[in-house]
Amino acid sequence: MLSFIFRRLLQSVFVLLAVSLIAFSLFRFVGDPVAQMVGQETSIEDQEKLRERLGLNDPITTQYARFVGNLSKGEFGFSYRTRQPVSEMIISRMAATLELGTVSLLISLLVGIPAGIYTALKRGGVLANVLLVTTLIGISVPTFVIGIFLIYLFGVELGWLPTFGRGETVPIGWWQTSFLTLDGWRSLLLPAITLGVFQLTLTMRLVRAEMQDVLKTDYIKFAMARGINYRSLYLNHAFRNTLVPVITIIGLQLGGIIAFSIVTESVFQWPGMGLLFLDSIRYVDIPVMSVYLVVIALMFVAINLLVDILYFAIDPRVRLHSAHE
Amino acid sequence: MFANWRRIARENEFLYLFLHNRVAQFAALISLLCLSGAALAPWIAPTNPYDIASIDIMDSLVAPAWSDEGDERFLLGTDDQGRDLFSAILYGTRLSLLVGLLSIGFASVLGVSVGLMAGYLGGAFDAIVMRIADVQLSLPAILTALLIDGIARGVLPTDQHDNLMIVVLTVAIGLSLWVNFARTARASTLVERNKEYVQACEIMGMHPLRIMLTHILPNIMGPILVILTVDLAVAVLLEATLSFLGVGVPANQPSLGTLIRIGTEYMFSGEWWIVIFPSAMLITMIVAINILGDFLRDVLNPRLR
Repeated sequence: MLSFIFRRLLQSVFVLLAVSLIAFSLFRFVGDPVAQMVGQETSIEDQEKLRERLGLNDPITTQYARFVGNLSKGEFGFSYRTRQPVSEMIISRMAATLELGTVSLLISLLVGIPAGIYTALKRGGVLANVLLVTTLIGISVPTFVIGIFLIYLFGVELGWLPTFGRGETVPIGWWQTSFLTLDGWRSLLLPAITLGVFQLTLTMRLVRAEMQDVLKTDYIKFAMARGINYRSLYLNHAFRNTLVPVITIIGLQLGGIIAFSIVTESVFQWPGMGLLFLDSIRYVDIPVMSVYLVVIALMFVAINLLVDILYFAIDPRVRLHSAHE
Repeated sequence: MFANWRRIARENEFLYLFLHNRVAQFAALISLLCLSGAALAPWIAPTNPYDIASIDIMDSLVAPAWSDEGDERFLLGTDDQGRDLFSAILYGTRLSLLVGLLSIGFASVLGVSVGLMAGYLGGAFDAIVMRIADVQLSLPAILTALLIDGIARGVLPTDQHDNLMIVVLTVAIGLSLWVNFARTARASTLVERNKEYVQACEIMGMHPLRIMLTHILPNIMGPILVILTVDLAVAVLLEATLSFLGVGVPANQPSLGTLIRIGTEYMFSGEWWIVIFPSAMLITMIVAINILGDFLRDVLNPRLR
């Protein structure tokens, strides 16, 4: 177990180093950092002095080592556009994105898993077919169109819910939460549904496919023949054996949620990291772009590591396999 | 050299199954309509939305022809600049499909050649390329496309942006989708390369390139075709999303995503048609392509038959 996790950790470190190399080359080679920092009137000599002071004349390897060192200390440099420290900008927006992501993941799982089990068990039933057709729409309609129509229906026509921003937030330390106010929840609802719908359809289709596969196996037929009651058969025998692929997909979904939060945040003007990244692309704000990249990579690596450890806890075959190696 | 290709075309029951599947036929018809509408846009569109001289700002925000405030010149109404929405949608579809097809072409050529080589040659090339593919696969395509788009904006001079945006988009979307092709091609090649016909070719001393292109490639086309169709929908969606986010095609050449973005600004004041019609067009197109993709997968996947 420990050696398995250790190997995974080592791999993660390599991935992070590779991403930081991309982020570094972005920062160093896309546009000239000095030209971005000084005005038109600065003389060539002053520019050279600044270059020397920033260490941009050092060997590339030294610069990269310093870049990684700064990253690990949490010093992310300054934005070209707002001149604020990038770390502050990211942290102030992280709460918004993480809260949005958590709620949409919960929507996706709490609705998707039961719906998947139901459609697998009631093949050909009316409700099951309705659900399946709905998922086809969910896969084909782009996230931003779903968002727009939710805004139109609930925001414009019915006027029930706010259509942009986070509403009222309550600070807990540096974390601005919208979980504690009614207004915050109301603002959260539409973006979370928008972000959750696509993931929900994926969850549902996957759970359904896996359940159908498992239900065909001999041990389920045997359990049926033994006369185990259906509820326990479906949940304890069948569903538990679908968990490994389902957990893989949840891991991938977290990634998808982080990526698609960029789109959702843009539709709802949700002040999260995605909106920040989008602005940094529009205004070619390289430091923000490269730091966002590193932060996202860190999240992905953490998620993948967590998923691997969960395999270990859930699937005895993985444990046996790694013990043999 | 073409004998293998001809055999593949004759032997599968693709045509038979297609003629017995109403849903797939309908989806193919819709896709064909979208494709011809896009290809023939300059000839069938009533006005040219790129021609500034033909646009009259007085005609802006006209409702669709059948409503009370409609104007019979504009079937689906006009947008904020007085462009005929029907024409704009035709041209937008043209641009969306163009970027989608180009980027899928780019992704498939890159991915299939890399996958073929990785599967056939193996060794260090295989290990390195597939490692890269694994890392990229853990990043969603939209993130990769956004990132490449952002880098291109930084590298290219500002005045060139509008001219090069189509190329940048194609490369960005293509580079974010090649992994699927590479993995599929590699997996199928690994199966084929141990078969006797490949060994026979090797014994005859054929050049590896010839074995790969004329003998292995025809035999792995099935799964690649499926990915091609499914990912075409993904590519069109990616283009629409990037344009919607305002980092896609330049504003003077509206694609479907751009039209939808413009439409959202007017949605609150009651001008619903600018957002509804382009969205409907986009969704119809993607649903049709997805259904075709599902059909292809069912036909070409031997496990399901």
